[in-house]
Amino acid sequence: MSMLVLEDVHTHYGKIEALHGVSVEVNQGEIVSLIGANGAGKTTLLMTVCGMPQASAGRVILEGRDITNEPTAQIMRSGLAIVPEGRRIFSGLTVEENLHMGGFFNTKSEIRKSQTHVYELFPRLKEREHQRAGTMSGGEQQMLAIGRALMSRPNMIILDEPSLGLAPLVIKQIFEIIGHLRDEGITVFLVEQNAHQALHLADRGYVLETGKIRLHDTGKNLLENPDVQNAYLGG
Amino acid sequence: MAANNLRHALFCAVVTLIISIPILGLNLEAEGINIILTGAKTSTYIAIVLAAIAVFVFQAYRDSIMGLLGKLPNLNPLADKEPMEQSKRAKLESWILTGIIVLALFWPFVVSRGSVDLATLVLIYVMLALGLNVVVGLAGLLDLGYVAFYAVGAYTFALLSQYTGISFWMALPIGALLAGLTGMTLGFPVLRLRGDYLAIVTLGFGEIIRILLNNWTTLTGGPNGIGGIPEPTLFGMEFGRRVKEEGNTSFHETFGIAYSGEHKVIFLYLIALVLAVITALIIRRFMRMPVGRAWEALREDEIAARSLGLSRTAVKLSAFTIGAFFAGFAGTVFASKQGFISPESFVFLESAIILAIVVLGGMGSQLGVILAAIAVTILPELAREFSEYRMLIFGAAMVLMMVWRPQGLLPMRRIHITLNKQE
Repeated sequence: MSMLVLEDVHTHYGKIEALHGVSVEVNQGEIVSLIGANGAGKTTLLMTVCGMPQASAGRVILEGRDITNEPTAQIMRSGLAIVPEGRRIFSGLTVEENLHMGGFFNTKSEIRKSQTHVYELFPRLKEREHQRAGTMSGGEQQMLAIGRALMSRPNMIILDEPSLGLAPLVIKQIFEIIGHLRDEGITVFLVEQNAHQALHLADRGYVLETGKIRLHDTGKNLLENPDVQNAYLGG
Repeated sequence: MAANNLRHALFCAVVTLIISIPILGLNLEAEGINIILTGAKTSTYIAIVLAAIAVFVFQAYRDSIMGLLGKLPNLNPLADKEPMEQSKRAKLESWILTGIIVLALFWPFVVSRGSVDLATLVLIYVMLALGLNVVVGLAGLLDLGYVAFYAVGAYTFALLSQYTGISFWMALPIGALLAGLTGMTLGFPVLRLRGDYLAIVTLGFGEIIRILLNNWTTLTGGPNGIGGIPEPTLFGMEFGRRVKEEGNTSFHETFGIAYSGEHKVIFLYLIALVLAVITALIIRRFMRMPVGRAWEALREDEIAARSLGLSRTAVKLSAFTIGAFFAGFAGTVFASKQGFISPESFVFLESAIILAIVVLGGMGSQLGVILAAIAVTILPELAREFSEYRMLIFGAAMVLMMVWRPQGLLPMRRIHITLNKQE
């Protein structure tokens, strides 16, 4: 069953078209990676799913529901969570308060349950529960950003460049967690510049180039594809 | 390095001369129907030259002077104080607040009438600052036209009393609601703006309201203002010497005491006190509610807040409306206290002062804002002896404050919310 479908989506910033008819499908329970160079439109594609900006043509369908023209707030409350690029945690709030913000629309008992769950996934966050989030290391902040997204108990999670600016060892840890999320039944849509690791983990992958899908295959095949190797994997 | 410094200092001194000579050194005098240009007294020119020299010396030795200032830690008593423990500080704060309220309750019975009047004004500013604190301190929306909502509250009462003879107690909720509604109406189009842009639009809105009040003479009386605004009554008892409205009784006759003009002043003060306390409590309540956390989340990071499903418009609009509501509250009290209002009372300077109170007090901190409101209203009164220089002193105090304690008197202590652990 498809979780998220983009059908021939065009997105404009003013008069400039950033996505020229992109079609992507993410099935339930899989990890799909989207790779592409700087300026290919990866973040635009994600933002279009979130409805800011909205697609100017084409359709975005989440769990069978057309969300193309829904307001952002409504989309984000319907089983979809995003870990924005650059983490964007609330640096002035404590770790625990950050997590509670993630479960803003849930009841207290649900928040309590999700919080325990997040602490199981990231024992590190439990240790830092009452620390101000801005004082943590980049890796810990990324964990918090993922944890915060998980607080709303989403069916699908979108990660925008989770490896950005992190040490290799930390990246490895983050990707392990992402794999673990799939095992829990959460669908993952991963946008990465770190193509090697992203494709390694993914069930399927898309290659985005200047606003168009250039390639689409399983993660393994893409890793072995000579064009992909040349362009994204350093030959 | 040194040459560079000297050149800069020389430049500053020349700028000082260029600016001050035309402004201070040249006078326009009317002679018959002509205006002639005359020079100022020699002493003025000497003063200008001295000022230029002072600027030169300061700029030339700026680094060493500022370094010296930095080495005077004793001047800044708050420099290296350890922050207090959270729970301890929370307790202390509520004690201080209770202390202030108790003190405020007895205040009018021990001091002069003038002081009570001033204290009422302080309380009005407390209300205004608490309201703006929601908008600026919590939600992080820079509103430079806050005084507009204050004006809406005041004029609502003034106009309604003039045309329909409404009483203070009826006008209070109506004025506040109308101000809140104005805030909401303004909020819809402008809240997609951010930072400086929002500041400019709100600044413009504040001016529009004032100019509207000034020019709509048929309704508002224009610059002549509106007078004869009734004072509040206590269960139908009036505080004047004679009863103005039929059906009312007078306070001094009911209780069989001699008439005194002070009763009215004290009564108004107590009303303002009660309303200020109510304002503080309601806003405190809001801060603990989810909407309060949403304000802060949006202030901290708009994109993150939106990614969690918070609606940017709804959250900002709620802050804006609540802030405006309490400005309307304060406006009604102000109109009743003055008995006469005109657009003069709602100039941009008022917005600036209220904003200064919020910044001085520490954005988001209620106790800080209350203390700052007291300080900012009373300081110019105390400095009255220095007449022309009081604004200068006020300005200098603000600058020092920002140098030594940029986070405000009492920076906001975030209210810590924990879930009750069950079983």
